[in-house]
Amino acid sequence: MAKLPAPIETLVERYGPHRHYVPEGGWQPIGEPDRLVKTHCCFCGQQCGIQLKVKENRVVGFEPWEDFPFNQGKLCPKGVKRYLQDGHEDRLRSPLERTDGGFREIGWDAALDRTAREIKRIHAEHGNDAFAILTGASITNERAYLMGKFARVAVRTANIDYNGRLCMVSAGAASKKIFGIDRAANPWSDIPKAEVILIAGANIAECAPITTDYLWRARENGAKIIVLDPRLTPIARTVDLFIPVRSGGDIGIFNGMLHVMIERGWINREFLAAHTTGWEEVERTVAKYTPEYAAKIAGVPASMIVRAAELWGPAKSSFLLHSRGIEHHTKGVDNCMAAINLVVATGRIGREGCGYAMITGQGNGQGAREQGQKAEQLPGMRDIDNPEHRKYIAGVWGVEEETIPHKGLTAVPLVEAIHEGKIKGLLLLCFNPMVSLPNQTYIREALEKLEYFVVLDFFMSETARHADVILPTALMEEDAGTTTNTEGRVILHQKAVEPPPGTREDWRVACDLAERLGVGDKFRFGSSKEIFDELRVASKGGIADYYGITWERIEKEKGVFWPCPALDHPGTPRLYEGAKFGHPDGKAHLKGIEWRPATEEPDEEFPIILTTGRVVAQYLSGTQTRRIGALDDQAPQPSCEMHPRLAAKLGVVDRDFVKVESRRGAIVVRALVVKTIRPDTVFVPYHWPTDRAANRLTVRAIDPISNIPEFKICAVRVKKVEKPDDDTWALPPEAGGLR
Amino acid sequence: MSQELAFFIDYSRCIGCQACVQACEECDTHRGASMIHLETIDRPGSVQTTPQVCMHCENPICARVCPADAIKQTPEGVTQSSLKPRCIGCSNCVLACPFGVPKYKAEIDQMMKCDYCLDRTSTGKRPMCATVCPSQALAFVTLEHIEKTRRGRAVNEWVFGDEVVRTKVYVVVPPEVDTVRADLVQLGKKRAPEIDRDDVAAILEGG
Repeated sequence: MAKLPAPIETLVERYGPHRHYVPEGGWQPIGEPDRLVKTHCCFCGQQCGIQLKVKENRVVGFEPWEDFPFNQGKLCPKGVKRYLQDGHEDRLRSPLERTDGGFREIGWDAALDRTAREIKRIHAEHGNDAFAILTGASITNERAYLMGKFARVAVRTANIDYNGRLCMVSAGAASKKIFGIDRAANPWSDIPKAEVILIAGANIAECAPITTDYLWRARENGAKIIVLDPRLTPIARTVDLFIPVRSGGDIGIFNGMLHVMIERGWINREFLAAHTTGWEEVERTVAKYTPEYAAKIAGVPASMIVRAAELWGPAKSSFLLHSRGIEHHTKGVDNCMAAINLVVATGRIGREGCGYAMITGQGNGQGAREQGQKAEQLPGMRDIDNPEHRKYIAGVWGVEEETIPHKGLTAVPLVEAIHEGKIKGLLLLCFNPMVSLPNQTYIREALEKLEYFVVLDFFMSETARHADVILPTALMEEDAGTTTNTEGRVILHQKAVEPPPGTREDWRVACDLAERLGVGDKFRFGSSKEIFDELRVASKGGIADYYGITWERIEKEKGVFWPCPALDHPGTPRLYEGAKFGHPDGKAHLKGIEWRPATEEPDEEFPIILTTGRVVAQYLSGTQTRRIGALDDQAPQPSCEMHPRLAAKLGVVDRDFVKVESRRGAIVVRALVVKTIRPDTVFVPYHWPTDRAANRLTVRAIDPISNIPEFKICAVRVKKVEKPDDDTWALPPEAGGLR
Repeated sequence: MSQELAFFIDYSRCIGCQACVQACEECDTHRGASMIHLETIDRPGSVQTTPQVCMHCENPICARVCPADAIKQTPEGVTQSSLKPRCIGCSNCVLACPFGVPKYKAEIDQMMKCDYCLDRTSTGKRPMCATVCPSQALAFVTLEHIEKTRRGRAVNEWVFGDEVVRTKVYVVVPPEVDTVRADLVQLGKKRAPEIDRDDVAAILEGG
């Protein structure tokens, strides 16, 4: 039983989140630090270079790292304040075990022994697949690789997946289908060289702030910028064409643009004939997407679609950027494919200033989806059901091929299997489903059914509260390892300080458990670097080939782009040069995309569209940033953003309490009445738990190909309430309360 | 001269992320106190925000109106926070500054303001805010670099009625502008009716 062992107030008081304001050693001048460690920010897929100031084994501040080519010293507020995690009062410093009234500290051996015992018991009683693993995309490549191996070799379960399933999988699947490779096609240095830039569903100012300078540099060079978003974001405010698309209506824009481009002859037919398949079908599909027809789908005037085509069509160079706004849909893969059709139709890819990229969300949003911790994947982006791939990896791991499980359940179906009683045990790290998964009530019910639940984390997340055992782990700055940034550049996080006493690096925990599960010989790693060297071999010959990348090269070259198959290979900043695509036939495989409605469109009962997303000062489920005072002060609680017209209809004024209700639950938050959003849509950011969790409202429906949840559209109703009437409103806002 | 690093503000680039505000308070000379202001212009109507550092006037009015002679200018032309032993907390400077920069801090009974990150800029480093600014709405580069890389024009001359103010810090404005006029006569003029480009409903209706 994984119900909360104590009242939520008690758990919050003991374990936080508490806001931490004052750096180690107070606010007095730091003076000369002992060391200045060149490393990277742990928040978001941009992975900006940063120097951490270290004094007496504590991170006490930061200094911009202007020589790192990607961000050249630039940082967002999260990067500036990330160092305040060090010395945080909420840090877990001992393994914890659930008791009748809370948690008690236990020793590492006891915690690991119990976990191994429970895994074996569940295996014996219910089969190997009844014990599952959920991991994350904010961990290093080394840890991601090791977790995939740990699941298949030590726990021998098919059921491992990761929270990139809530993030990058639609983009990844679309790229893989069309190009055969799942990675941004171009380095960011190509952005300022493009004549026209199309940004679809990406709130760059808040979710990838340092990319802003690349956009503005392009604009200074004369580029035209088009933005698709239901909200007028800080980027959208000053661009050439802002299209306030209805959430889920993006295919209308993309197909409508393509329709106009075909009509006006802005298609590169020579390129299409030589380097692609499927164009005829695309052309047939978009034939009916006249601007007027497409405009109805997109919920915008037809003239905007024509204007977008006029900007995009005849340009000599172009760059497409997309992210969660078009990806978080049950047609997320289709949305991305329809967007990419615009790139390929013009032949503007694989050259300087010509290409496209998905903007990754999580810290290792790119790398963590390559190393084999996805349900369907083995290291190097290999396919777990491909006999050749299985054979190669079995050789690397020193196991029989038959012992490697086949494809398992992806994150949402995996939680559903827990709810249905098919999965009995769960190991979870770097994941906070009690904020981030859709339909929170259902998720909580599932967690409460687990027979054994073990969580690895450095703070007591809202999810960890449900655990039987919690293992306290190390922060990014307390362990070295690589990540892969949004461009596909593999970079190195240096160890700045030692993990505090009582904590242990994730990879050591996995090795310690493997020992107890009888396969210690397969997990004899003395350092994260040794894991990377095995990862290099495991990835060799795969799509994401890291074989030629070493930690030394990364340091020397300030990152190396994969694929990099040999030590003397320079790496591959730009994919598809010479129009050579990743499929065996070397061609791009296009597909005509038809629009279809969302799982839950607004109706009479729930007449308003809810869309969810992020704010600049908070990171993902907020486990870290809701604990950093300066960041939390910037965005201390969620609001429900709505247009004054909608507010007038609802009788709501700015700052009123409103109840936002869907078929799955309700939350009470304050209204934020602004003209910068479509009048048929409300927006609630998702970083908060309890009765402030936007994911209380969202729908548990997934894309059939990528299995990404539909976070960007569901139906709600909104009404004014006098005051919150839930059980948690009196908590501090950072813990889910409301002020 | 153009090889000298200078401070530029380009309001059209600002995305309101507050990296500048957060980074300013990390500066070693005034750790824990942020000196830069980030203004939200009118959130109900727009997402526009503008950062404001001290413009470092050639002839700083804040210093001129100080009855205690507590505000000094360095030889480099940087106007500093008030001198603690002299400042009487009268807030004359707060009222006089045309850019709204100096703030009186009651808890220390002293005026403090942006000091051009003198500890950093005097040793060849760039100011914290302009180094981290992800949109480069704040930039610390050469005038030549700005002229080469920006469409707008960098100006440092301001007209307030009869008063002309020249500042060390530049703002990037549309190329046809050579002086920023803040004349009161411009207020109250009727604007031609046009679509409110910050109102999504109006954009949808206007096409």
